Formats: sequence, C-alpha cells, structure tokens
Amino acid sequence: MAARKTPLYLRHEGLGAKFVEFGGWLMPVSYQGILEEHRAVRTKAGIFDLCHMGEITVRGERALEVLQEATTNDASTLPEGKAQYSLFCRPDGGIIDDIIVYRRGEDFLLVVNAANREKDWEWLQEVNKGRAELVDASDGMGLIAVQGPKAEGICRTLTDVDLGALGYFTHTEGEFAGLSCLLSRTGYTGEDGFEIYMPAEHVERVWDALLEAGGEDLEPAGLGARDTLRLEAGYTLYGNDIDETTNPLEAGLGWVVAWDKGDFIGKQALAAAKEKGVSRRLAGFKMLERGIPRHGYPIQRGGEEVGVVTSGTMSPSLGEAIGMAYVRADLAGAGTELEVLIRNKPSKAQIVKRPFIKPSVKR
Amino acid sequence: MYPAELKYTEEHEWVRVEGNIARVGITDFAQKELGDVVFVELPAVGDSIKATDSLGVVESVKAVSDIYSPISGQIVKVNEKLEDSPELINQDPYGEGWIAEIEVEDPKELEGLLSADGYRALVEG
Repeated sequence: MAARKTPLYLRHEGLGAKFVEFGGWLMPVSYQGILEEHRAVRTKAGIFDLCHMGEITVRGERALEVLQEATTNDASTLPEGKAQYSLFCRPDGGIIDDIIVYRRGEDFLLVVNAANREKDWEWLQEVNKGRAELVDASDGMGLIAVQGPKAEGICRTLTDVDLGALGYFTHTEGEFAGLSCLLSRTGYTGEDGFEIYMPAEHVERVWDALLEAGGEDLEPAGLGARDTLRLEAGYTLYGNDIDETTNPLEAGLGWVVAWDKGDFIGKQALAAAKEKGVSRRLAGFKMLERGIPRHGYPIQRGGEEVGVVTSGTMSPSLGEAIGMAYVRADLAGAGTELEVLIRNKPSKAQIVKRPFIKPSVKR
Repeated sequence: MYPAELKYTEEHEWVRVEGNIARVGITDFAQKELGDVVFVELPAVGDSIKATDSLGVVESVKAVSDIYSPISGQIVKVNEKLEDSPELINQDPYGEGWIAEIEVEDPKELEGLLSADGYRALVEG
C-alpha cells in the first residue's frame, strides 16, 4: 500500500523536506537538518505537521464507562478542558497504545499513534460492544504542533484566546488564524507549546498563518528532530520503547495506571506484575565511551546480556550519546555502569535519570 | 559537485590518488543524503583491507551507514579530526572531511572505479 500524504505534503515539498515513511504516512523527516531544527525548538520555536496522528471520538451517555474500561488512567477525574495521558492495555498488561484523552463536555477525544490507528479502532469497538458512539475522526482532522520558548508569543498573534491562562495539559476551543480550532497546551518535545487541532481543510491556512506570524522565530521541524527532542525529554515512543510485549510498570508508566478507579482491561495482570515486581525496567543511560546506541543493540554487564537498547541518539542539546534501554531491574538504578554492544564492541555506558534535560513545559 | 580529478564508487565513496596513496571519503551526494553527521568510526592505521570491506562507519542523527573501501591495501593514515568534528564530512566532504588514506596494493583496481561523469550519471540517473 502506498504511503499516505498529509494535507501539508506540498508545503513540505516546497520547503525542500526530506521524506520518510512512518506509520503508513509519508512524513517530513527534516528540512534544514535535524540538528538545526532541534536547536530551533529548544531556543525559539518549531512547527510540526502531525496530521498523521489518529483521532477517535467517544460520545454518548456511556462514553465514560467505556473509556474507564479501555484505558488505564482515570478519565472520571478529568474535568472539562483538561487533557490526560493514558494507555490502552491488553488483558495481559501489554501496551496497545499510548494516547492523549481530551474531555469535551460529556464526550472524549482520543489522540492515538498513526501506526496504531486501525488496531486501536478495532480494539475499541470490541471493548465498546455498541455502548458509546465511536467515530474515527482521523481523516477529517488536522493537527499542527508549535513548540519552543517562543511558541506562546507567536500563537498569541493569531488568536484572542487567552493563551497565558491555558495551563499545561489543558485545552480550549477558539478561533485561531480566523478558523475554529482546538488549542491544547501539550507536546512531545519537553518545551512549552501548543497542539492545534482543526478540520483537515483548514490545515494549510493555519500552517501558512503560523509560518508568517513566526517569521525567523519559527522553523518547520520534521520527525527527526521530534525524535531527538522527545528522547532528551525522556518520553517513550510507541514501537521503540513500548509495545504489546512491554507493560506500563516496566516502562516507568505506572503513574498512568489508576489502581483505584475500578476495573479496566489489563488491571489483573498489572496488579499481579506489581505484586511480583518487574524483572526489567526502562532506564535512561548515557555513553561513557565513543559510539551511538541504537534500537536493538544488546546491553551487557561483564559479558552477560542484561538488556536491550530501545532508543538512542547523539543528543544535540547535551553533545553526548544517550539512550533508553530495558535492563534487568536490579541494574536499572542511576549510576550503574553497563556496556552497550555497538557493532560487536562493548562500549561503556552509565544509567542516568530520565529526563536527560529538564523539560521547560508550563506548570 | 563531482570533482573531475576523483574516482568514485557506486556506494558513494570518492578516491583521490597521489602516487601510491589513495585518500578516501564520502561524496557530497552521500553527506546530503545522510544529513548531519554526528559520529565517525575510523579504521585502525596499519590494518590491511580488501576492496569493499568496511572502512568505518558514518552516523547521522538517524542513520548508521557503513563506508566501504574502494580499494585493497594498508591503512596508512586516518583523519582523526573527524572524531571531534564529524561535521567536517558535511561541511567539506572532498577536503577536510576525508576519512582515510590507503597504500594502494593493486593499481589495477582503480581502473574499475567510476569517473566523475560515470558517478554523476549514477546519482542523477
């Protein structure tokens, strides 16, 4: 099947983007270069096309009931205007997807990973059994993120919404660049910023308005920079760091599991895993010797295999090679020295606390 | 950018021959395709290698890419500057961004490499 193109494909082409296939979509991986785009987001602002993400709405009187079963976090505590990070888990506790849940009145909007959209949709329907009204709104909805210390200043010029009053993980509806949008103070970069949802037919106009308003303070940024930014911020990436074979406790996502909210899918298995203690943990590490860790590289300690790298890169902000890996639980504490097997050569690394850089999101 | 005095491989390496020494690097096309180079693994001076053996590794932020030796011979020099400044490969692929020098074992091997025109045709199709 040919990769799909977002409504901004021609914009990216015009900007000289390099493309990569990601989750069934042809997405810009970089424009001016990943390092430059990464720096732009950390020092001024970057704009990302996230139209590939999936959006599913859950509506009706029984929407909350369905969501409480389908997700690990407690959606009942989510007030209107707030957003929540959550997970879909299998009965065995494996992570089906990580998602953002927005409450809009009695309805919920779920934002899911592009590559998981069909899987999530089928699974939600199975859980739902006709109780709530489910709509896959992905094709009609566009998403643009503006991230970086100058994001608020740039976005202010395009809306009357009081962005200063919009806290982290809150959202509101309003006119943006003259069009109705959902404005959310969320992101995946470790910087302050916004995710702006709108009908797909308005995406190009919002993109253009933002680039014009941002001028030299705003640079288009691709998936390459998105990956280095999220890794520095310590965020997991579905398909790399978490998947159906990993559970939230191992992944350090226990805080997203609401044990007291009643029953949900995966609860029994996760409670048992918690009781027993996990055998491996997702840990951050930095290289002490030359070399860049990459997904799938084995982790050793004294010649014995004790883990595997899930994400790795040369951190543009730190100038050091960093990564995340599942390692034996007893070795996951900060300070532990291990070796990453890079092209069959053991190279020294040390477990460090995540995040690698302190996020500057608005609190 | 295909300097006429260089020889090229289909794997996007270039070779500059001076006497019996061949200086090797990756082409401008290759560095552009890779993007920002952030790490270079150099071969060891004194190693003997065969043509098409791995001569080292160049890593960009996202990709790991092997460099293949265009010719057989002994490594006599490596560009140690790349260890601290891998970006030289992006900035000056045919100059400061060179990777290694090889003492040519069999000059006939050089005849099998592409000319600048041949390489241009390969890249531009």
